[in-house]
Parts: sequence; structure tokens; C-alpha cells
Amino acid sequence: MKKIILGALLLVFALSKSYSQLYMTRTGIVKFTSVTSMEDINAENDQAYAAIDAGKKSLAFAVLLKGFIFPKELMQEHFNENYMESDKYPKATFVGTYTGEVTSGTDGVYAVTIKGTLTMHGVTRTIEMPATLEVKGRKILGHTSFPVVPEDYNVKIPSLVRDKIQKSLNVTVQIDCENQK
Amino acid sequence: MRTKLFLCTLLTLGIVWRGQAQDTSLLQMLGDSMNVHAKATPVHGTFKAIYLVNLQTNETVAAGALNFEIQHRFGQLNSGAYNLFGLDNATLRLGLDYGITDRLTVGIGRSSYLKTFDGYLKYKLLRQTEGVGAFPISVTLLGTISNYTEDIPTKPYLDANYRTGYATQVILAHKFSLFSLELVPTWIRTNLVPTVMDKNDMFALSGGARVKLTKRMSIDGEYNYLFPNQVVSTTVHNSLSLAYEIETGGHVFQLVFSNSESMVPTQFISQTSGRWADGAIYFGFNISRNFNLTKHAKKKVSQ
Repeated sequence: MKKIILGALLLVFALSKSYSQLYMTRTGIVKFTSVTSMEDINAENDQAYAAIDAGKKSLAFAVLLKGFIFPKELMQEHFNENYMESDKYPKATFVGTYTGEVTSGTDGVYAVTIKGTLTMHGVTRTIEMPATLEVKGRKILGHTSFPVVPEDYNVKIPSLVRDKIQKSLNVTVQIDCENQK
Repeated sequence: MRTKLFLCTLLTLGIVWRGQAQDTSLLQMLGDSMNVHAKATPVHGTFKAIYLVNLQTNETVAAGALNFEIQHRFGQLNSGAYNLFGLDNATLRLGLDYGITDRLTVGIGRSSYLKTFDGYLKYKLLRQTEGVGAFPISVTLLGTISNYTEDIPTKPYLDANYRTGYATQVILAHKFSLFSLELVPTWIRTNLVPTVMDKNDMFALSGGARVKLTKRMSIDGEYNYLFPNQVVSTTVHNSLSLAYEIETGGHVFQLVFSNSESMVPTQFISQTSGRWADGAIYFGFNISRNFNLTKHAKKKVSQ
């Protein structure tokens, strides 16, 4: 009987310990840029959701495509209506793990490699990217940038405007996750 | 011993289960959090352009953007081979529409039909939203003033006041996923009408729709119902217009069929003399081109 209680306690302890390793944000920033001689396109979304489990070294990421703000309204409309089909595929998500030593109790900047699957426009692809995770008190700050080729995700761009959009878009992610109690 | 083994198994299972569930459960958690914090967001792109065909849509021009509109109608299809079925004649309206804010647009235009100048102010009062606590329709207010300047030698008394008309419209619109509808109650005020039997204040109800065929093509239609016994000295018909719409980048191109020659609301709603059944159809096109005059950074979409 004593052993059962001990075991149950151990189990609760194990679960609660890994739970406190959870970091989360609802105000992550995702940007992407396309630079061509004809037109520059910049879009920003400051309402990205991200979670890092420092115990399991896993992380997840979700963003609403309609939350991307473009400097030109027409670009934004085309992005949602013609390219990403945001009514049909409202979210872009990423789940993955990172490799590299990150000591969650100790402040410092750690270089890691993130590997996982990115899902958007109904297509899921495995991607890998270098990133930095910075432990700062009760927070983990993450930063990464990686390329995305629209055609990889079945986003069709008419030949008439293809030259106005970079073949491979540069996506940057900046998250500021706080420890969840 | 057996209890210990059982406990160990349970612990291991627990850890293994957590490990496996990790990826999807993190995402699940984010999804749940997103749903909890979801706010109603405005619906964009109810219509592609600010003109459905002749009727305006609920859309306004973005702040700092200028829209150049070319509306062109050939002559009537039933005007015979001598006029190459209308292609010999043309009516043209050139218009400029500027977005003062994302909700307020001002426009001016000049059309060759009776050499008419027109100007309007358009305000997006309410926007349809989607999500939690969604609001079902968009409401846009539109006030148009028109003044025709064509010399009519038999009527030298026509001064600027007599030549002026006003149209006040409330544009109610709703976007479904593949088609959009609008309903437009209209009040037209004409300063001078031909006889005392005719009404200076006229009321009409217009309906319009857009059906998306592909991501960049759609079919638009509108019907403008003028309530009876308002125009009695001349025979007028309700205006019915159809358009095939193609969008390419900053252009919207429409092939138009309409029984109205004019493209100004004070005229096409209350002065359309031809009927589709008689072949009094004007073929033509609308072209709109969008220019961004300022590189303004837009504020948050969801407010």
C-alpha cells in the first residue's frame, strides 16, 4: 500500500515536473519577405501561438493566415483569396523537436537545430532549420529563419505575376515564450 | 514484488505515452488556446471591385490607394448591321476613386452620356465578420451627385440646378464562401422632371450577386427595380446587367452586357429606355486599375 502511494506520488511528480517545463506565447511574430526587381512584399503577423516543452525538447507553432498584415490591402486580399485560400486552410502549423543542449534553469543563448513538419495550404512537409533559443529567467526566446517555396505547398502563382514574387520566400519567426505554471 | 513491477510498468507507460503524445498534444493545446482567444475578424473580398457592373459594391478603396475606372459601352446590339450592331457607337465613363481611409472613399467621374459629371462619397459603416460573435452583413453608405452638361438648344432654361440629381444608397452585402449578395435600397432625387406627373423623389431596390467560378474569375449580375408610377411621361425599364469578371494582379476586367447606356446611378436606375427582350443590349467593358499612392503601414486587421 505504501508503495502504491509512493508510486502515485512519483508519477504525479514526474508529470508535474515536465509540465513546468512548458513555455508558451500568444504574441509570436512571423514575418515573410519577397524581394524582386519589380516589387517588394513584406507581411507580418504578431499573433502567432507557440509552445516549447523544454523537458521533451519539442515545440509547436500555429498561426492564422488571415492575421498577416501587408502594407498594401490588395496584396493581403490576394494572399488570402488567391494564394493561401485562407477560408479553406485557415492555419499554418509546425510541430517538431530540437537538438542541442538547452539548460532551462541557466540563462544563456543556445544554438539548436529544429526538425519537424510544417503544414499549410493542405500540404505537410518535413523541414529542418537552425535556430537560437535564449533562456532568460522564466522565458525562452526563440528566433529562426527559413526559406519557403510556395510551389512546395501547392500554392499556384500565375506566370503573369511569377516574376513579382521571389521563388523562395524568407520566413522569420520571433517568439517570446513564458513559463507556464 | 508484483506491486513494484506493476508500478514500474505504469510509470514507464505513462512516460512513453507522454512522449508519444507530445507533438500532437502541444499543437492541440495551441489550437485550444486559439479557439479560446478567437475574436471575430472582418470578412474581406466580398466583391473584387468597387463596381459590380453599374451598381457599386460594398467595397471601398484602401487608404492611400487610387482606383482608375474605365467603363465603356458600345451601342445597342439591335441597331443593325449599318452600325455594326452597335460597335460604331460608344459611351464612356472615366472615373477616379481615392481611399481617404480604409472605410471612406471619394470618387469623381465624367461620362459621355449627356456629358455628365458625377461625384460620390462612400463610407463603409459596418463590416461583416466571421468567428465568435460574428456580424452577418456589411453596410456601406453611398451618396452620389450628378450634373449633366450637354447643350439642349430647345431647353435654354436648363440651369445647373435643374441638371443636378442625387442618389442615396445603402449597400447591404453578405459574402458566402463562393458567392456574394448585395441588396441596395436607393433614393433618387432629380431636381427637374419633365412633367408634374413625374416624381422628383424616386425609390428603387437593387439586387446584385457575384458567383466565383475560379479563384480569379466570376460572374456578376444586378437587377435594379424602380418602383412603378414614378416615371410616367416616358417609358423606362428596369436595368439588368451581367458581367464576366477576370482579375489579374491590380486589374479587374469585366465584359459587360446591360440594357442601360448610362453608368451613373441617378440615370441608369431611372432612365433606362431599352429592354433586353427587344435586343436593346449594350455590350462593353469595365476596367479598373489600382495604384498605391502612399506606402502606408496598415493597422491591425482584427480590432
